[in-house]
Amino acid sequence: MPTLLTVLLACYLLGGLLPLCTSRPHLQNILTHGAAAVAGLAGIVLGFVGLFAAQPLTLSVPSNIPLLTVALRLDPLAGFFVLTISLVGLAASIYAQGYVGEYAGRVSAGLLGALLNGFLLSMTLVVLADNGFFFLILWEVMSLLSYVLVVTDHERPGVREAGLFYLIMTHVGTAFIILTFVIFSQEAGSFSFEDFRHPDQRLPEGLRSIAFFTALIGFGAKAGIVPLHVWLPYAHPAAPSHISALMSGVMIKTAVYALIRVYFDFLEGVFPWWWGFTVLSVGAVSALLGVMYALMEHDLKSLLAFHSVENIGIILLGIGAGMIFHTYGLHELAALGLLAGLYHTINHATFKALLFLGAGAVQFATHTRDIEEYGGLLRRMPWTGLFFLIGAVSIAALPPTNGFVSEWLVFQSLFLSVQLPTLFLKLMLPIAAAILALTGALALACFAKAFGMSFLAQPRSAHARQAVEVPTSMRVGMGILAGSCVVLGLAPMLVVPLLDRVTGPLTGVAISEKVLALDGWVVAPVTVEFSSISTPVLAALLVGAGLLGLLIARWLGKGVRARYTRTWGCGLPLTPRMEYTATGFVQPIKQVFETVYQPTVKLEREFLEQSKYFLRHQRVEFHTEPLFETYLYRPVVKKLLALAERLRVIQVGSLHLYLTYIFVTLVLLLLWAG
Amino acid sequence: MVQVVLIVVQVIMLLALAPFIVGVIRKVKARLQCRRGAGLFQPYADLAKLFRKQPVRSSTTSWIFTAAPYIVFASTVAAGLLMPVFLSHTPLNFAGNIIALVYLLALGTFFLILAGLDAGSAFGGMGSSREAIVATLAEPAMMLSILAIALTAGSTNLSTIVHQSALLEGVVLAPPAHLMALAAMFIVTLAETGRVPVDNPATHLELTMIHEAMLLEYSGRYLALMEWAAGIKLLVLLTLIVNVFAPWGIATSLAPAALATGTAVYVLKVAGLAVVIGVIESMFAKLRLFRVPELLGAAFILALLALVFFYTLRG
Repeated sequence: MPTLLTVLLACYLLGGLLPLCTSRPHLQNILTHGAAAVAGLAGIVLGFVGLFAAQPLTLSVPSNIPLLTVALRLDPLAGFFVLTISLVGLAASIYAQGYVGEYAGRVSAGLLGALLNGFLLSMTLVVLADNGFFFLILWEVMSLLSYVLVVTDHERPGVREAGLFYLIMTHVGTAFIILTFVIFSQEAGSFSFEDFRHPDQRLPEGLRSIAFFTALIGFGAKAGIVPLHVWLPYAHPAAPSHISALMSGVMIKTAVYALIRVYFDFLEGVFPWWWGFTVLSVGAVSALLGVMYALMEHDLKSLLAFHSVENIGIILLGIGAGMIFHTYGLHELAALGLLAGLYHTINHATFKALLFLGAGAVQFATHTRDIEEYGGLLRRMPWTGLFFLIGAVSIAALPPTNGFVSEWLVFQSLFLSVQLPTLFLKLMLPIAAAILALTGALALACFAKAFGMSFLAQPRSAHARQAVEVPTSMRVGMGILAGSCVVLGLAPMLVVPLLDRVTGPLTGVAISEKVLALDGWVVAPVTVEFSSISTPVLAALLVGAGLLGLLIARWLGKGVRARYTRTWGCGLPLTPRMEYTATGFVQPIKQVFETVYQPTVKLEREFLEQSKYFLRHQRVEFHTEPLFETYLYRPVVKKLLALAERLRVIQVGSLHLYLTYIFVTLVLLLLWAG
Repeated sequence: MVQVVLIVVQVIMLLALAPFIVGVIRKVKARLQCRRGAGLFQPYADLAKLFRKQPVRSSTTSWIFTAAPYIVFASTVAAGLLMPVFLSHTPLNFAGNIIALVYLLALGTFFLILAGLDAGSAFGGMGSSREAIVATLAEPAMMLSILAIALTAGSTNLSTIVHQSALLEGVVLAPPAHLMALAAMFIVTLAETGRVPVDNPATHLELTMIHEAMLLEYSGRYLALMEWAAGIKLLVLLTLIVNVFAPWGIATSLAPAALATGTAVYVLKVAGLAVVIGVIESMFAKLRLFRVPELLGAAFILALLALVFFYTLRG
């Protein structure tokens, strides 16, 4: 581990510093992103080392600062997340080489690359940290670097606000995380994770529950669970696309890592059933609302950001189900739920990063993010289109892709609720499964919209008409992730044993043998009789049946060739304005779920003076209400501002007065201390 | 070897029987409208004709438009291979359970929606948009009703479910949970296959059509594959209903006599259900699109009740 870690650290640091040695943008670009890619490769290997390590590998350097120890620990859980981060990091760094051309002349490629290296390094170290203080420092570095990257485009309207929103929310989260660690340090006596794990005395029940909630809120704010998700759809899309990919793909996963670490490691997996139920409910609500808001988005990157909320929800459904099973001593099922959640974690990392890179490529080619202005891109950007389609099919959880495997596993763990002892939970888990089914169906509709409106039919704007395929490095970046999606989907027999190494130590049972049957060709939790899928066989069936269709068509229609002509436009020449728009596509969904969306239409009309039957000008505006912002955040912000207004009376701007304040405070503190 | 033969037989059966079921429904509708109607085998002739005709493609389409018919066809046939048809043990049982079947059908729906958008006409988009909402609402109800059945059988693998209930002798009355799940499943089937009261397969009015609107730009062999796939999807869902809820008579072994009766009983049952659909299509009017959520909501509630009944009435 030390060698690999040194390589990784050295590459990321070099990647951060090398751009300083040269002033040629092209060289800076290659040096910094090349270093990040090499570090990514080292990280992938390091992740595997962690997964296969018999004992956790540790490294510790004491420091002069009290409470702080620079301690690293590589166990299978950390290894899995290092692997995920590095895989996406590798793809993003290669992609960035071409993508930073978008910023040429505005932002230095070297600066962007240096920040990227720092961001990747901080994320990798966050999951390796083994000391609370150290963890918090890294967590803060990660948040601040991502903030700086979010405001890269700060001259564009809305970006600074998005950044500020992100900064505030992430610090609210950090406050709760500090609180969690303070609670743990009460009995542990230090900030070392090792002491958190084995405290002198177990925390009292009440404090444990408080720690549960502070952790859920603190890390949930970063993960983007509802209702703490509000910053995510602003901040993630504002960043450059490869950074969006990293933020949505892996940064929010560090929160998933931390939650598992806290619940299953620090709290030793001992918790009442309602903890798991809370996580499950939060997951179900996040999944459903995430996808519902995504459907109404017509900014391609915001749409993808909302889908991150959805997928975090699905991950939490798996973890929550695992927690419930764990409470009732059903350890194998607990391991299954956790495994499903983790499988979805790496899947989401790959396909979401792929989709963000795809969205970035489309933005690179068209210079807009509005889906309504796309159209016909598949003919102009065949590779990007194909990769985006692979990502879309994966995120919609359609067989035989990776999203299908992990969502199927989540379904199975929810269905196995039949073994739970209470009727309430027996009913609640299937309802969560029904919500997951609705979520999946809505995700299908959403990505049919996203892909169909962007890549099919005729271009709806000059931007889209002039689009050309993106440079090779960007295609390679996307290709790596698309390949990962396919492999993760077709080879669960390789993935499940790896994940089992993670969940085994956490739940105390290894289930790899039980989940895989028939030499690994079949994924079958419990037994083949109960339920099973085999994605390689399904893929073979699809190919076989498709070939059969092709054969029949060829055989019956021998020698018949297709004729090309224009689409029938009811006698008029077909124009792109006749196409359905993204807004029109989701209109029925908006109307059916109007309780959630609260849609309003604003219609402004101006008539000719001569007659009120002839329009001079008309303007229609559609609006859906962001419920949480309107009813939860706005009142709170309003109260805060009112309070600040009141406190202004003591802020008069006189230096002498402020000095008096300081003096009085000092005296009071001394009195209190004495 | 036997397994391979069984798979091939199942494929042939699905492909061969699907047009017949469509023919039965059309015939019943015609008779109820006091028409003579086309023969039961007319859909075969239609398909054969379409395959031989020259297809016309829009010059604005991409490869998605050409690939979609094959993908839709493949996903539907693959879904049909995961369930028992005339024999309670299907060889590909291990390849996927009922969730895989539902998601395979969803794969077809996804590409169907894309195909509808690709030609760039307003009709295709309209159909795609409507298909998206109907498919969305049908899925949770389908999942819950499936779960209610799966819980009774203690399995989500279709062969196991069917095999177990087929072996139970003397099953006369299904428990209430089953009946409710059956009702929910039947509504979902009507919605998923574009039948009245959700969609009308015989319409070409732009204001009402859903499935037909998506296929509007298709012709020749592409249209044939799409139509055939639609027929197979209907057959798959009907088979699901008859075999899961009424598996009587299905072959439970490879004995020739059992196979023969199994096949005969199966064809009769599916044809019977097709007659029911034909009657429903003649008796009911198509619902407004925005009334469809209420129908599918009812299906969802029925499935949920089935689940509650399963847990409360069992012990």
